[in-house]
Amino acid sequence: MLEELSVFKRISRAAAQRRDACRAPGSVSLRLSAAPLRRCVSLLLCLLCFSACKREQRQFTTPPATFKSYDVTMSDIRPGVGGLPMPVQNPADQHAFDTNEGKRLFTQYNCSGCHFNGGGGIGPPLMDEKWIYGDRPENIYSTIVEGRPNGMPSFRQKIPDGQVQQLVAYVRSMSGQLRKDVAPTRNDSMNARRSEQRTERKTPQQTTAPPQ
Amino acid sequence: MIETTRTIPRLIATLAVALCVSSCGGIQNAINPAGPNAANISRLWWLMFIVCSIVFVLVMIAVLLSLRKRTTEAADRVPIIEPPAESERRRRNVVISLTTITIVILFVFLIASYSSGRSLRLNDPMRNGLSIELTGHQWWWEVRYNDVDASNIFTTANEIHIPVGVPVLFSLRGADVIHSFWVPNLAGKKDLIPGKINTIWIQADKPGVYRGQCAEYCGLQHAKMALWIVAEPQEQFNAWRQNQTQEAVAAASDAQKRGQQVFFSSTCVMCHAINGTPAGSNIGPNLTHVGSRHMIGAATLANTRDHLAQWIKDSQTFKPGNKMPQNNLSDADLQALVEYLQSLQ
Repeated sequence: MLEELSVFKRISRAAAQRRDACRAPGSVSLRLSAAPLRRCVSLLLCLLCFSACKREQRQFTTPPATFKSYDVTMSDIRPGVGGLPMPVQNPADQHAFDTNEGKRLFTQYNCSGCHFNGGGGIGPPLMDEKWIYGDRPENIYSTIVEGRPNGMPSFRQKIPDGQVQQLVAYVRSMSGQLRKDVAPTRNDSMNARRSEQRTERKTPQQTTAPPQ
Repeated sequence: MIETTRTIPRLIATLAVALCVSSCGGIQNAINPAGPNAANISRLWWLMFIVCSIVFVLVMIAVLLSLRKRTTEAADRVPIIEPPAESERRRRNVVISLTTITIVILFVFLIASYSSGRSLRLNDPMRNGLSIELTGHQWWWEVRYNDVDASNIFTTANEIHIPVGVPVLFSLRGADVIHSFWVPNLAGKKDLIPGKINTIWIQADKPGVYRGQCAEYCGLQHAKMALWIVAEPQEQFNAWRQNQTQEAVAAASDAQKRGQQVFFSSTCVMCHAINGTPAGSNIGPNLTHVGSRHMIGAATLANTRDHLAQWIKDSQTFKPGNKMPQNNLSDADLQALVEYLQSLQ
């Protein structure tokens, strides 16, 4: 016990001596330059942690309507004066949560019943570059809401506005139109194709409906 | 002054005792068993609790005694390097006997735990009882009653009726993520895992209502993913099942007919099914007999007119993040819809 005490005393004395050595005139400049640098780095690291806060907030209430289906035009020809309406930004395009909800709804609302996971079958494929009724978010929105000839039903009032926007975002992610950090990642089940996140961006092209 | 200083600790002690007793009884309590499985588990729990409490108290007494003994020793005395052989032997015996007792206790626990575990096992006779398929969704329970007679198969949600004294076999599935089925009064936990079927059997010996809850964190509304088990005598259960196997009652009054139209022409029909009508989706709970259920929203709210209307209008205020969207219905439409849903007994 007593011996242990003396050992402890010796250690603490040695530490004190080392502390004094650091305070020697020669080492002053070294200490001054190192301390602010270290402080700066640690401050930056702390700020880095906070930078991720609120990057993406989930909104569960229905957002205000962004699209109006009568805004949509399929060609440059327009009656009356005034130019084309401004292209509309889909807010769901910016949120990974929304695109993933779109993916869930795509399965649950049985879009795959005709579009076959985007590969196309009864309905046209969604993962290629061809668009019959427009590739803009507002075009896809009105396609879902209004329906299209030869099979696409109208989902007006059947799917709430917010969910249509999520579906629009997901449909665009299938041909790689969205940012990589927003597009859905691989499926929970087996993947029939590359995940939306790994899909190459395809340049949209206007095309006509295949002859029936 | 003395009176008050005495009464406050006494009050606190009484409150503490009352708090302990308050957890006895109740519809969601593992030490208030209502069936053989839960009784087994609670016996094991009491054995471990009592033995560990005794050991804990003894250890604390030993610690306090040793502290007291140390303070009585003179501080300035030179420590004895070589203890006398007599006391050394005594100490060694104490250590050996305590270690032996510890090992014996652990073996008692091991055997008790093993035999409890064995008694929870699924036996062949259990397979002949009632069979229920339980699927966990974010954040509700889909309940499907299986039967050899296909006309007796039906689907309901969040409220499971079982006959008293009959073993019920549950096959557990997960639809999206891992959930866990736990009705503390009746049985232990069992996980619902996507892509795998787990089985558990429960039996209620006393009629009553027992509350179960998801016991594996499964997302935003894990806390509000509960269910009720209603254990009732066989005749009552048969009557209930007879009603559940029927198709939905037809809308009778004008308001109910309007409500049905609202159901079919709005978002409801995209996710919910009402047997006997064209509504056949299986994303949300089956609403064929929603009026007969005690609770809505996975045992979140009592099934009253007000709650139902508020839930349909904006369920996100009660369960933020749940998969049911807000519905912007006019007041008249909402009233009619609630009227119709309540009529689905």
